[in-house]
Amino acid sequence: MKVLLRNPRRELDVPGPLRVNALLAKLELNRESVLVIKGDTLVTGDALLADDDSVEVRPVISGGAV
Amino acid sequence: MTKCRRCKGPAVIDIRRHNAAFCTDCFLHHCREQVRKSIHDFRMIAEGERVLVAVSGGKDSLALWDILLDMGYDADGVYLGLGIGDYSNESHRMSRAYADKRGAKLVEIELRDDFGFDIPTGSKAARRVPCSACGLSKRHLFNKAAIDGGYDVVATGHNLDDEAAVLFGNVLRWATDYLGRQLPVLPGEHGFPRKVKPLVRLGEREMAAYCVLRGIDYIVEECPMAEGNKHLGYKEALNAIEEQSPGSKAAFYFGFLDRASAMFTPQAVAERVDLKPCSSCGAPTTGDVCAFCNLVVKATR
Ligand code: SF4
Ligand SMILES: [Zn+2]
Ligand SMILES: [Zn+2]
Repeated sequence: MKVLLRNPRRELDVPGPLRVNALLAKLELNRESVLVIKGDTLVTGDALLADDDSVEVRPVISGGAV
Repeated sequence: MTKCRRCKGPAVIDIRRHNAAFCTDCFLHHCREQVRKSIHDFRMIAEGERVLVAVSGGKDSLALWDILLDMGYDADGVYLGLGIGDYSNESHRMSRAYADKRGAKLVEIELRDDFGFDIPTGSKAARRVPCSACGLSKRHLFNKAAIDGGYDVVATGHNLDDEAAVLFGNVLRWATDYLGRQLPVLPGEHGFPRKVKPLVRLGEREMAAYCVLRGIDYIVEECPMAEGNKHLGYKEALNAIEEQSPGSKAAFYFGFLDRASAMFTPQAVAERVDLKPCSSCGAPTTGDVCAFCNLVVKATR
């Protein structure tokens, strides 16, 4: 599957099928810090991603001093 | 497949802190309910009051503005141009686009045009950390925009993660003066408008999800000045704890509000009594000239 990552923007190819949580574990990402976007919606941790899927893994942490 | 807690349809997001998952409609409902509860519990906004939302083009402020408008509040936005290259151009464009789409009013201030400096060069000239010059400018100019425009309250997009991270930093240094002021509502007095943070019951991940599910375009890229700052480090540390035990951030922050914050307020209140108008701009200050006017002088010399 195609995985788009942000900050910096880059694309990875990850073999599917794979559950979202397993994908995040593989990328060593904390599930509290990202969202997984498929099309114009989101997918939950247990969703199964197929080999021909395209997803975006978007970081949600923003941070200036407040 | 995970099911929505409310309607049992297919879920699109799980929130481990609440041990719940939601479909799109029920998630948007959940966000509005959390904001409604914060506004009610902390008496943030009274009926008929005019609200000025501090808009940065990021997920939190655009989501907050969207929720307040949907709830029927009289809410305008204010955007401050910081002059931080592409980041500022993009964030301005996103803020403008949202305002146009909603037909909402956006007050626009440009540091460079209106005060003669921008954050990257001005902070260097003034020998300040960019985020400190930026935070000071935002606080001052949002207050001023609210007073000038006759608004009752300034609303900012600080979410649960922001507040927990700031609290964590303040506790690590036992900054008791800051601890006394870290409240979801700061009353309007001594020439300051009331300041409220209606997103304190919602996490950062929920705000990003809200924007995605509502089709709101926001700036995903980080401000380049944020890199390596302590605030981000605190957030990562707290998220590492949260992943092991969901709910930790909320327990930390709301436990502080319920059981500890009152111990620190007398000091903060005492600091507010000595205020007099800045000799240059008239804003309330403890010195002769306020910190912002001071910054302008140093940043433009
Ligand atoms: S990261 Fe710092 S400089 Fe950038 S917007 Fe936030 S406070 Fe301002
Ligand atoms: Zn539902
Ligand atoms: Zn001044």
